[in-house]
Amino acid sequence: MKALCWHGANDVRVETVNDPKILNPRDAIIKITSTAICGSDLHIYDGYIPTMKSGDILGHEFMGEVVEVGSEVRNINKGDRAVVPFTIACGSCFFCERDMWSLCDNSNPNAWMAEKLYGHSPSGLFGYSHLFGGYAGGQAEYARVPFADVGLLKIPEGLADEQVLFLTDIFPTGYMAAENCNIQPGDVVAVWGCGPVGLFAIKSAYMLGAERVIAIDRVPERLQMAKEQCQAEIIDYEEVDAGEAVTEMTGGRGPDSCIDAVGMEAHGTGLDSLFDQAKQAVRLETDRPTALRQVIVACRKGGTVSVPGVYGGFLDKIPMGAAFNKGLTFKMGQTHVHHYLRPLLERVQQGEIDPSFLITHRLKLEDAPHGYEIFKHKKDNCIKVVLQP
Amino acid sequence: MQSQPLSGSESQGASDLTTSPGSTPQPAPQETGQVSQAERWSSLIGGGALVLSGLRQRSLRGALLAIAGGGLIYRGATAQKGIQEELGMNQSIKVEKTVTINKPVAELYQFWRKFENLPHFMKHLQSVTVVDDRRSHWVAKAPLGTNVEWDAEIIDEQENHLIAWASVEGADVDNSGFVRFQPTTGNRGTEVKVVLEYNVPGGAIAAALAKLFGEEPEQQIGDDLHRFKQLMEAGEVATTEGQPKGG
Ligand SMILES: NC(=O)c1ccc[n+]([C@@H]2O[C@H](COP(=O)([O-])OP(=O)(O)OC[C@H]3O[C@@H](n4cnc5c(N)ncnc54)[C@H](O)[C@@H]3O)[C@@H](O)[C@H]2O)c1
Ligand SMILES: [Zn+2]
Ligand SMILES: [Zn+2]
Repeated sequence: MKALCWHGANDVRVETVNDPKILNPRDAIIKITSTAICGSDLHIYDGYIPTMKSGDILGHEFMGEVVEVGSEVRNINKGDRAVVPFTIACGSCFFCERDMWSLCDNSNPNAWMAEKLYGHSPSGLFGYSHLFGGYAGGQAEYARVPFADVGLLKIPEGLADEQVLFLTDIFPTGYMAAENCNIQPGDVVAVWGCGPVGLFAIKSAYMLGAERVIAIDRVPERLQMAKEQCQAEIIDYEEVDAGEAVTEMTGGRGPDSCIDAVGMEAHGTGLDSLFDQAKQAVRLETDRPTALRQVIVACRKGGTVSVPGVYGGFLDKIPMGAAFNKGLTFKMGQTHVHHYLRPLLERVQQGEIDPSFLITHRLKLEDAPHGYEIFKHKKDNCIKVVLQP
Repeated sequence: MQSQPLSGSESQGASDLTTSPGSTPQPAPQETGQVSQAERWSSLIGGGALVLSGLRQRSLRGALLAIAGGGLIYRGATAQKGIQEELGMNQSIKVEKTVTINKPVAELYQFWRKFENLPHFMKHLQSVTVVDDRRSHWVAKAPLGTNVEWDAEIIDEQENHLIAWASVEGADVDNSGFVRFQPTTGNRGTEVKVVLEYNVPGGAIAAALAKLFGEEPEQQIGDDLHRFKQLMEAGEVATTEGQPKGG
């Protein structure tokens, strides 16, 4: 089959590799019909996720047709159309039982690596380095899905791929980011980053009852989408100081909750960001937390900081004093995708949201390297790339 | 190593050493206190919260034998150590690992007690053949396609709680250990603790054996326990072996 393989920073290639096989009784094989490029893939593309190996197949937002199931998969059949959560979870451990699927105990074969770095291992992830299991990803013609009996969500007739594809990651991720804000009537939510995750966070914040949502980015077409498609008030942080603007727009009190939908590769305009870039370049610091710092300072006292943006390692100069003395609550983590699949599918079916609104590019799998290039550099107004194998 | 004050007795009945902040500070017993070492072993085996890392070089086998023999017959332990030192087997590797498994004690104990099951999750084991109630024959994969073999004997067994074993004379690698199953708080599964000791002979074999048990035996036992957990909770061991990758 054809698959997109990683070979180093800014070097991804479509290659011919072996077809995946069933390796365990709870596996299924999917013939992929649609797959997307995620902001998380950019962290790998840019070389900031350790433990990648040359030849690793990328991709964690994919769906398709079930072509084979293992002996223990009874609730899904050959021929079913299904979406695949990007988190791999067993369904029966302490964490899965408590609906914390991205913290599954049993899906990372390389748990020891993560334990060394993090103390404990989160779940395995598709196409996301050996630290998270080294699973082959879904930017390919076929993929093996472990624990398919609890992971795969069968898609009813009448819904196009594009309407359900993002149930695999970014819609639940934006939704969980908003849910983590514990939104109360009258709340104002500020969202840093108007990439796909930020955009879904804005929509979700409104769904969950926010009265106002303020969105921060600098890319014009993304800000425009936040405003026009998601009804956010927007701030271009290159024109004004985002922190000051947010404070002014919230009567000096600050937003009730702030979402960091930017993550470890934040772009910055201040001195601190130069410092971060220098340190990250020589690997003295693994992550550039410009957005996170702003979020903490902007958030109102007693408010919530929700972090869907991915962080991998060690961060410098986090204003812990501000966080502590303002009594902030922090919520974060990889998304518990399994938990959101059905409720969010229902919202799609009821027409509350059409998640395809942010797709700007539809490419062939062969053109995935070009997709990475334009998504990374925000060329050609690229916001979200969907690939068809 | 630092010595720690003795505190009250543990729920399991064995005395325990803790640094619990509530307990009145007592003068630390001198480490001449061989009894203290023995008590700490017995506490570890019997269910105390104490961890291995605080223990001085002392034979696990001796401690196991002593406890199985009824209480703290400390002489057993010292005698054993003497023998090992005479044989030049003083290079002992001790490993302790604990994992919490979301299953009842009995289910885990019963699976483990059928020693034939162990190679399903202990990567380096090729086979375990049960000879009789107490004896079993173990074959492990060694580097360069070779095997190491030994007979092991159960030296203590408490149903649904503890299995302790030791290799018998003539083993390629002298080893002993125990596995202990304890319910966690709030019915949240079972803590499975494994403590192992290898006495590695010197020379070339030692190097081979060191490889066999890995540069980091802790990690290997940890991985084995992870696989045990995966098998018991998820019904299979997570893997990527055999999946496609690019050139
Ligand atoms: N938690 C999860 O499970 C999960 C799932 C998917 C994605 N993510 C993460 O979410 C983050 C966003 O993903 P995405 O797909 O939207 O990526 P993206 O790269 O398309 O979006 C990031 C956006 O942040 C903007 N930005 C950069 N620096 C900024 C700053 N200082 N202030 C405000 N905006 C800034 C960029 O212009 C861009 O529009 C990534 O870190 C990604 O890894 C997390
Ligand atoms: Zn993603
Ligand atoms: Zn699980």
